[in-house]
Amino acid sequence: MSFGSNPSSNKSKRLSQSIAFFIFRLLSFAVVAILIVILGFILVRGISVISWDFLTEAPREGMTEGGIFPAIVGTLCLVAGSMLFAFPIGILSGIYINEYAKDSWFKRFVKLMTNNLAGIPSIVFGLFGMALFVHQFGFGDSILAGSLTLGLLALPVVIRTTEESLKAIDNSFRIGSLALGATKWQTTSRVVLPMAFPNIITGLILSIGRVSGETAPILFTVAAYFLPKLPTSIFDQVMALPYHLYVISTSGTNIEASRAMAYGTAFVLIVIVLVANLLANWLRRYFGNKVKMH
Amino acid sequence: MKRYFNNLGERVIEGLITLSGTVTSITVLLIVFFLFKEGLGVFSQTPVAEGSVIAVNKQNPVKELTASQVKEIFDQNITNWNQLGGANAPIKLFEVDDITDYYTEEQIGSNFEYLPQRLSELVAKDPTILAFFPEEYLAKDFAGRRIELDNISVGGFLGGKEWYPTIQPAVQLGVLPLILGTLWVSLGAILIALPLGLATSIYLAEIANPKVRNFLKPVIELLAGIPSVVYGFFGLVVIVPLIQDVFGLPVGETALAGSIILGIMALPTIISVSEDAMRTTPRAMKEASLALGANKWQTIYRVIIPYSISGISTAAILGIGRAIGETMAVLMVTGNASVIPHTFLEPVRTIPATIAAELGEAPQGGIHFQALFALGCILFLMTLAINMTVDLVSTKKKANR
Repeated sequence: MSFGSNPSSNKSKRLSQSIAFFIFRLLSFAVVAILIVILGFILVRGISVISWDFLTEAPREGMTEGGIFPAIVGTLCLVAGSMLFAFPIGILSGIYINEYAKDSWFKRFVKLMTNNLAGIPSIVFGLFGMALFVHQFGFGDSILAGSLTLGLLALPVVIRTTEESLKAIDNSFRIGSLALGATKWQTTSRVVLPMAFPNIITGLILSIGRVSGETAPILFTVAAYFLPKLPTSIFDQVMALPYHLYVISTSGTNIEASRAMAYGTAFVLIVIVLVANLLANWLRRYFGNKVKMH
Repeated sequence: MKRYFNNLGERVIEGLITLSGTVTSITVLLIVFFLFKEGLGVFSQTPVAEGSVIAVNKQNPVKELTASQVKEIFDQNITNWNQLGGANAPIKLFEVDDITDYYTEEQIGSNFEYLPQRLSELVAKDPTILAFFPEEYLAKDFAGRRIELDNISVGGFLGGKEWYPTIQPAVQLGVLPLILGTLWVSLGAILIALPLGLATSIYLAEIANPKVRNFLKPVIELLAGIPSVVYGFFGLVVIVPLIQDVFGLPVGETALAGSIILGIMALPTIISVSEDAMRTTPRAMKEASLALGANKWQTIYRVIIPYSISGISTAAILGIGRAIGETMAVLMVTGNASVIPHTFLEPVRTIPATIAAELGEAPQGGIHFQALFALGCILFLMTLAINMTVDLVSTKKKANR
């Protein structure tokens, strides 16, 4: 490596740095601009559609009027169902990888498989959910089948979040606890987990945001095209927000007439994601400060 | 005694935790099992729709037909038997609805009870006929010759250029346009996302002050959180009409629209992975470079980028992986024409979009259903290859240290 040292090359050095940094800054803010354009466009067009009726009524007139209440309820059911499945298993699995597993081929295998699961496209989860839950287990198109499919999709995220949060806890806490005579589970449940809890919760909230927007996995496992009736059991089909947006923006009976409904639905989806992200950020800051104070 | 129970509790909990640890592995294995079980089934099917018969006269020298020949015949592109190695005579196409041209309603029977017999007569009578009818009307003593098409082959499936999974009488299952469409859109996406993503990650890792960084990081996280169907919707109402206007196209649903949307969606992955990689550059290395008189920019492109190049390639590969598997956004903006793409300004159809669009209409266990699962297998293998490459790149990096 030879860096010039004479004055003229110093000048060009400085110039090239300014140009490069200017470009990087410009492109970075282009990324921000993209986000602002997308969010702004949908929020501005969507806000005028949002009303109490829109949020609490069923769609009417071939989904060109009315509201999206059944889809909101459906998405809530699916998020709750998938998290009931993914949280306990994912957190325990993360504990296994970081706290319990010895450094063996099995641990490496489990980590590899978790990584692979995270890389599998969501539509493949949809195929799998259809083959296993809908057909093999005979759940039919149902909240149960959809929630399990979404839960499997969220699993690697939950595992990774837990694993990362646990990894960040200094080993001295574990050793201290064990030295005081606590068992491994006592150490994990009373010392390590409470410390990792804020980070885990933050990750979980973000994964709720993700799951509520997933469409491909629910296409063939639960989502109903039009179903104003609310579900009464876990074996019912439901409408869901992301699928509803897909339907009314591409294949509704009258696409132009249902545009307003589409903007409103997109608005609600964006708000869910925004709230999840803001909440996660706030928690991060809140707990971050708290930890520092101690 | 108490201690014993404590121990037992520990054991139970440890067992439970270990069990949870195996769930992902079991899931992956189950996914592989179910995908391939259904998907490989397609190779033991003939392209003729189940419950249908293709038959010719017994004197006809043509004994075998391929699926594409059948399609060409029914599309009227092949009209003479000599094009298929038979006698010089025009092919007379016969479908079951045409029966009323030959026989009266009485001869067929009010409940079609004489139909099998009539079909048999008709095929026996005409040496140039090519008949296509449901198997339930195949007479026991059928006087024609049934033509069986070969099973769908792996080569024909992967190399076939036509994807008409529901066409009668013989389906065309060639996935080449879909594979190329997927790669084409993903290539476009990475071409858009890589420069933007790299610039942003360099800016975040080395240039931005903490304040700007604390603002940018959540923004990028938010970009990752927006549902793909919302990206698709945005693409549909903004980018598609824009492309249509700018390039003066008849339709704006093109590969370019897909690439732009996928590029935006791949940004968060690329940015966070390559930023993390750049941050692992040892401080001593950077400081040594600065001490030698290099300025910040020289340090970035002569020290930091070369040092973190494997992380940057990982970011690019993961970005491609994200693009390949993305379903809804692509389905909504690419136009879904199953033709081999040549430019970015024509509609394309990707593998995930095909599965999403067609699985709902494919009867369970049928050839179309199985073909879509076979597409799922291909998609799975593509993403597996990407994961393995990433694994390889990162372990290689560790070994180099």
